[in-house]
Amino acid sequence: MDFISILSIFVLACFVGYYVVWSVTPALHTPLMSVTNAVSSVIIVGALIASVAPLPIGADPLPKWLGLVAVGLASVNIFGGFAVTARMLAMYKKKTK
Amino acid sequence: MHEGAAVNPWVALAYLAAGIFFILALRGLSSPSSSRAGNRFGMLGMVIAVATTLIVHPPANWTLPYSWTEVGAAVGIGGLIGFVTARAIKMTAMPQLVAAFHSLVGMAAVLVAAAAFLNPIAFGIAEMVPLAGTDGLYTPVIHSVSRIEMGLGVAIGAITFSGSVIAFLKLNGNMSGAPILLPGRHLINLGTLAAILGLIGYFLTDQSPWVFWTVTALSFVIGFLLIIPIGGADMPVVVSMLNSYSGWAAAAMGFTLHNSAMIITGALVGSSGAILSYIMCKAMNRSFISVIAGGFGAESGGAAAGQAIDRPWKRGSAEDAAFLMSQAEQVIIVPGYGMAVAQAQHALREMADKLKEHGVRVKYAIHPVAGRMPGHMNVLLAEANVPYDEVFELEDINSEFAQTDVAFVIGANDVTNPAAKTDKTSPIYGMPVLDVEKAKTVLFIKRSMGGVGYAGVDNELFYRDNTMMLLADAKKMVEEIVKSLD
Repeated sequence: MDFISILSIFVLACFVGYYVVWSVTPALHTPLMSVTNAVSSVIIVGALIASVAPLPIGADPLPKWLGLVAVGLASVNIFGGFAVTARMLAMYKKKTK
Repeated sequence: MHEGAAVNPWVALAYLAAGIFFILALRGLSSPSSSRAGNRFGMLGMVIAVATTLIVHPPANWTLPYSWTEVGAAVGIGGLIGFVTARAIKMTAMPQLVAAFHSLVGMAAVLVAAAAFLNPIAFGIAEMVPLAGTDGLYTPVIHSVSRIEMGLGVAIGAITFSGSVIAFLKLNGNMSGAPILLPGRHLINLGTLAAILGLIGYFLTDQSPWVFWTVTALSFVIGFLLIIPIGGADMPVVVSMLNSYSGWAAAAMGFTLHNSAMIITGALVGSSGAILSYIMCKAMNRSFISVIAGGFGAESGGAAAGQAIDRPWKRGSAEDAAFLMSQAEQVIIVPGYGMAVAQAQHALREMADKLKEHGVRVKYAIHPVAGRMPGHMNVLLAEANVPYDEVFELEDINSEFAQTDVAFVIGANDVTNPAAKTDKTSPIYGMPVLDVEKAKTVLFIKRSMGGVGYAGVDNELFYRDNTMMLLADAKKMVEEIVKSLD
């Protein structure tokens, strides 16, 4: 992908984000924060690439270890973020009549 | 323009699908009933993104079991920690948890950017170029666009990390919530920021490691400096702002890796945090700049608190409160951060149940900045099994106070202060407040008459004829009221 295509995706996604987030009910703003937290850990994609990438023979394995640590941190966030969001959302109930 | 490694269209489509699922995850939050499905869409998107990555980039030594084991172990350990924490965390501690999670996104972004800097060929963002003066030696030269993206990614990631750590320490009480004001801090901050941007520009012409690492180090420092002068009450804005940064960090890394899932997600999260910050600022009638500049709640206090001491006010007991409310037709409960601190939400719901048995209509009124993060009160009430259709936002319920018999204020203060409407000299003038004073009677739970709210201003409301002060710990007082209602 060239830079302009990427930029186009980015700008359009900002607009989508703008309209989607304004339609979130204020009562769910805390779950909104925890779920955005979980999804922003999609950065794990970069971490995985770093941790499995081939290194030149004899090269310092540091990038691999950085990647693996990042995979671990992002995993905390992914599992933690989705689990805590699910836990919160399960509590929102309507009046039982 | 440089192309990365040839992109399989199916891979691009899979990442796009992941991005769409993330949009649906946020879309689901428009109502509680659709939100649970939304959360599952989010998980599905994440599974697609991770699976696609592992299929396209299988571990280099995939014939050797240890390569998969390493990745598996990292996901397993991290996932377990995250899951257990998410299960065990108290709902009142949610702001700290969110701040901690933000710091992890920031750190992950820094680590990925560092790994990409050290091994750029693996990320398809560099070209092997013959090394001058040698015979047959090659060195990777990183594409210019990628250098900017990488520099911005590492800078935003580092700011998110150190800023969130400070926010966490303040919210968790390991560090005082009071603003810490360094002399000349605006100059220091602007100077550091300019240095970071300058170095990222310089990075274009020189990809030496020192440039990259200096940008990283300075960004860690500025994240720290930016958050220490911000007081506890402005935390809703800070937490939202860091939420936004964590999104921009992910987006910047998405640009580096040409990955549409990361870019879409980053843009979504970035706008989400920005909108929440805007809503929070608006609810406090403050500009974003003044929140970032910090120091709110540190200077004012003195004079306003001093003059207040000798005004007459009425004190009530739990029995008085129970009697008044049981006779009422409608009671509106106004919770604030003090309710969270006292963990009074369960007792409060019990009180509401008792009142309903007496035929009283009970509603809850939530100010947007009540608590330490957006929506904090709603979660606590939901945890205590308060049905969400009894909980109302400021603009939806404010007109009802005039027809309400009792307004029951528990742990809120500044958001009920009528001075915000009348006193032009008040630091909170112009902030939208709940019109509790229009109710026939106001019951106001407060620990003692001494303390003031976070803005450091005295509350008009305490001295009004229709206000009765209930001085006690919020939870104990509510429990006593429950007993008296039997």
